[in-house]
Amino acid sequence: MEMIWDGIRQAFQLIFGADADVWEITLLSLKVSGLATAISLVIGLPLGTWLALGRFRGRGLSLSIVNTGMALPPVVVGLAISILLWRSGPLGDLHLIYTPAAIVIAQTVIAAPVVTGLTAAALQQLDPRLRLQLLGLGASRWQMVMALWQEARLPLLAALMAAFGSVISEVGASMMVGGNIRHQTRVLTTAIVLETGKGEFARAIALSIILLLLAFLVNLGLTTIQQRSARH
Amino acid sequence: MSPFLEVNDLVMQRSGIQVLEISHLAVEKGQTLAVIGPNGAGKSTLLLGLAGLLTPTSGEICLQGQAIQLKDLLAYRRRIGLVLQDALLLDTSVYNNLASGLRFRGLPKAEIKPRVSLWASRLGIDHLLSRPARQISGGEAQRASLARAFALQPELLLLDEPFSALDAPTRTRLLSDLQALLEDTRITTVFITHDLDEALMLGDQVAVLLGGRLRQVGTSEEVFATPSDSDVAAFVGVETIIPGQVLSSQDGQVRVEAQGNQFAAIGEAAPGRPVYLCLRPEDITLWLKEEAKPAHSSARNHLAGRVSRLSQQGPLVRVVVDCGFLLTALITRTSAHEMDLAEGSLVEATFKASAVHLIGR
Repeated sequence: MEMIWDGIRQAFQLIFGADADVWEITLLSLKVSGLATAISLVIGLPLGTWLALGRFRGRGLSLSIVNTGMALPPVVVGLAISILLWRSGPLGDLHLIYTPAAIVIAQTVIAAPVVTGLTAAALQQLDPRLRLQLLGLGASRWQMVMALWQEARLPLLAALMAAFGSVISEVGASMMVGGNIRHQTRVLTTAIVLETGKGEFARAIALSIILLLLAFLVNLGLTTIQQRSARH
Repeated sequence: MSPFLEVNDLVMQRSGIQVLEISHLAVEKGQTLAVIGPNGAGKSTLLLGLAGLLTPTSGEICLQGQAIQLKDLLAYRRRIGLVLQDALLLDTSVYNNLASGLRFRGLPKAEIKPRVSLWASRLGIDHLLSRPARQISGGEAQRASLARAFALQPELLLLDEPFSALDAPTRTRLLSDLQALLEDTRITTVFITHDLDEALMLGDQVAVLLGGRLRQVGTSEEVFATPSDSDVAAFVGVETIIPGQVLSSQDGQVRVEAQGNQFAAIGEAAPGRPVYLCLRPEDITLWLKEEAKPAHSSARNHLAGRVSRLSQQGPLVRVVVDCGFLLTALITRTSAHEMDLAEGSLVEATFKASAVHLIGR
């Protein structure tokens, strides 16, 4: 018991005492996962929209693949990206393995299907006649899509937060493609694994508290959004 | 000069099945065409085609003499106004909803604001402009949807059963408001409905669509009084329509003058109001002229006339009586036989005050 309390006390000292390492790790985590989420949005929003509104052969199959992608195990993604970026691999010349960029790529692979799948689901929940009404009001294709995004803004925001939540807390892929190199590719989750392995429980607890806090903020945001949409 | 809206040899399919075939249909400028038909007759398909939202398999649709160009549907859609069965308002303020079509057209703010205010007030929703659209009632939402379309000042207004989702009192009020607006603006309108009263009230012309084909187009009197075939007759049900005027109205009793006769009806109507008297053929009883009628008959309307046409319809006989206007009655074969009815027979037609259905015109 003593060890736990000691750990928590020291953890707060580390957090509020502005421990340089702790903040460096937190900041890198936010940067990497934030960037991965942003890229996922750029890929997933148009792709999900196309899957939801388009009429083409294989649409159902594509949606199934995307939905499966939403549950990709991070270690499998880590393995795939490692093979791709390995020095002797197909993209080895880019020298990206064990860099933050490699983590961003891996996390994008994890988050993009989440954004895509949830975007498609959000748009498919809208009344299909709304599209006819918008076009009938003189909207161009692009204006119609913008209006539909506006209409589904709450579920779309929820999709974004779900994607961020999934990458900020994943450890397998970050470890494999980033290598957990101090001052370079060490993020919250990989650092927690390392500190726990070393028996440095105070540091591990401090990092965990920060991670939990981030997860809590994301969920608070999600809940607020859901509550607001439930009121209508 | 070609008609304002013209449809030629139009064929439309849904999921590979042909649901509509119209060889010709025309609407003159400023007129309202009411398209009536039962569910599944192809009414909505026709409207989506006219709106440029569903591509015809073949044929052409011309607005002011120009055929719709498939490569420029956006320009065409910006000439029309569309109101569907459900208001389908966007999840924003009522104001933003009314402004939406104008914003799509890139109009400057300074032009949008007065137009939105004008149409909001003409549809009686100006006090709702700042409210979220999700918080207004169904009738208010449909008013907003109409205002949104009118604000575009469209060349052609397309209405797809805009009242069918509303409760009766709300519908009646909105219907008469829309009637006044259409008369006032003279926007060329195509109005889809399965409701005969709505078609009578709003339509200058009525088109009957059955099984994907136009079976009859004409004025409401023509279509209802002289259905072109038995399918149309069966669908419209009401077959005698007489334009008239309310003389007096008291305690739920209305007296109406029409075609030189006075009629008793049940209901409320302001004196002087122009109306249609609608009679269903099965509500009319025929007597031979010299026959003694039972004294206790409660029928308060009596008309003398001459049988001008008899036709079999299953176990019934359709009798058209000329009383100065054409009155259609439906009687059993047995009674037609007993009365020995023939073309030229002199008869008296009677019907109760409650059988007269009044519709404003």
